[in-house]
Amino acid sequence: MPNQPKFKRYVWELPVRWCHWTNVMSIVVLCVTGFFIGTPFSFGKSASDFTMGWIRFFHFTAAYLFTVSVISRIIWSFIGNRYSGWREFFPLATLKGREKMLRMLRYYLLLDRKVPETIGHNPLATSAYVCLFFLYSLMILTGFALYAQHAPGSPMYRVLGFMYALFSNQGMRLAHHFSMWLIVGFVINHIYSAWLMDIKERGGEISSMFSGYKFTVKKED
Amino acid sequence: MGKEDFETTPNDLEQGLEKRKYSVGEILRERGVSRRDFLKFCSAVTAAMALPASFAPRVAEALDEVKRPPLVWMEFQDCAGDTEALLRAANPTVGEIVLDILSVDYHETIMAAAGHQAEAALEKTVNDYKGKYLCVVEGSIPMKDGGIYGCVGGKSHLDRARQVCGNAAATVAVGTCASYGGIAAAVPNPTGAVGVKEAVPGATVINLPGCPVNADNLTATIVHYLVFGKIPALDGHGRPLFAYGKRIHDNCERRPHFDAGQYVEHWGDDGHRRGFCLYKVGCKGPATFHNCPTQRYNEKTSWPVGAGHPCAGCSEPAFWDTMGPMYKRLPNVPGFGIEHTADKIGIGVAAGAAAAFAVHGVLNAVRKDKEPSDETREG
Repeated sequence: MPNQPKFKRYVWELPVRWCHWTNVMSIVVLCVTGFFIGTPFSFGKSASDFTMGWIRFFHFTAAYLFTVSVISRIIWSFIGNRYSGWREFFPLATLKGREKMLRMLRYYLLLDRKVPETIGHNPLATSAYVCLFFLYSLMILTGFALYAQHAPGSPMYRVLGFMYALFSNQGMRLAHHFSMWLIVGFVINHIYSAWLMDIKERGGEISSMFSGYKFTVKKED
Repeated sequence: MGKEDFETTPNDLEQGLEKRKYSVGEILRERGVSRRDFLKFCSAVTAAMALPASFAPRVAEALDEVKRPPLVWMEFQDCAGDTEALLRAANPTVGEIVLDILSVDYHETIMAAAGHQAEAALEKTVNDYKGKYLCVVEGSIPMKDGGIYGCVGGKSHLDRARQVCGNAAATVAVGTCASYGGIAAAVPNPTGAVGVKEAVPGATVINLPGCPVNADNLTATIVHYLVFGKIPALDGHGRPLFAYGKRIHDNCERRPHFDAGQYVEHWGDDGHRRGFCLYKVGCKGPATFHNCPTQRYNEKTSWPVGAGHPCAGCSEPAFWDTMGPMYKRLPNVPGFGIEHTADKIGIGVAAGAAAAFAVHGVLNAVRKDKEPSDETREG
């Protein structure tokens, strides 16, 4: 039914969109600068240059921005609308969620031609986001634990003391570095899926992350 | 001030013990150490303890008066490298002074006595000065199979450690082996080697890891004990903060090159000859806490990074297992065979994801799907 009328519906509130794009920008900056910190080129022309210094400065600044954004999004999941609420992230916990998830999975596996409509989050995506938030936490904790080593005994070093018990110094670097690649893998998946569903659903999937509105078959209640 | 009084029991009248009645200052004068050299030593050791220069006179005053405590030096699973480091300490007679101000009653490598005579001397110190003598331990302690992998005088290292370290006022674990098991404790650790604190949990242990220990740090630790009568403040790994409170990377003389972005790319390249940062050839300075850049080795002559070799991270727990490969930035990923770095696997993950979704996208592009309608709508 290509000519079916659709209704616009406000789905993503401003803080959700802000957090999303802050995450995007900070992850891009963090990946690029982080990769350079791990494998730098000899940029410096003289010993009084500050190439690595500035790159690390941007990495740490973006890290603070990212941390604030992630924490804000978690807080918003308790005060925002139902599409942004924390319940959305555990579709496996409810029967309805499991049904939705199965339909989505069948569609993704090319077993079903009916595109399931998702007004808020897609249940497969939210399950992936739970893993992603775990990765974010790992990145934030290992990152700041490594950062705090410049000032042992500082409040940050003390707060993150448990991390030094969980990881060796080099093991922490490896975890931080490897998790970046997992996030890169997620980003590829995420962009592809958003593009796919934008085409197939014709509900404004991608633009909804800018405007907040999606277009749905069902009129807003 | 810890003025331990060691002139006690009547059976102490043998010649070695007689000397303990004298203060450190008196012994040094007797040995012909000039007042000037003594004060120079006090200044150097005050700096090593990370105390302000104004403390130097107080250190001198305290050392003048303090009585020399007996000290025993135990060697377990080791290479005697820390003994070598101490004996080779060429500094303002610093190493010498340490040996001279202490009454070293037992040291397997340098003592004249041998066999039962030597063991009797150890026994005597432990019994007569229970809770008052200092113990220095070099080497790890094998715990496996009841500790049978190391014996001296018919007793296992473990039993000796329990007896000697357990009864000492304080035990200084010198070197990474005595602190955390070191190389002997590396996977697969066939002897079950551990550091002193793990073998004798009840002992008061100060860890001075490093391969070898920096003799200046040992001197400073002992002087701290003599002057203040207590052990220095320690970090989470039992290391004195004055020596292990900062990362090598943060005090490194090559740090400006790191911040500038000037790195040694290959051994012997232009950057290497010009003293650039060793970060890319696997320097573990960013992961290692030690005062090597400021204290240096061998009469402050040099240290590994100063000599153009990356830091190996020898003063961190489990360094042999966690700091390798020596010339790479990151460890290899376990379970993927040799030479698999995080980046190779990461690129594989990303490329795999991209390929999978590209195929999925093509399949979806040729399919004709049903757009959401009243039948498939949500809610």
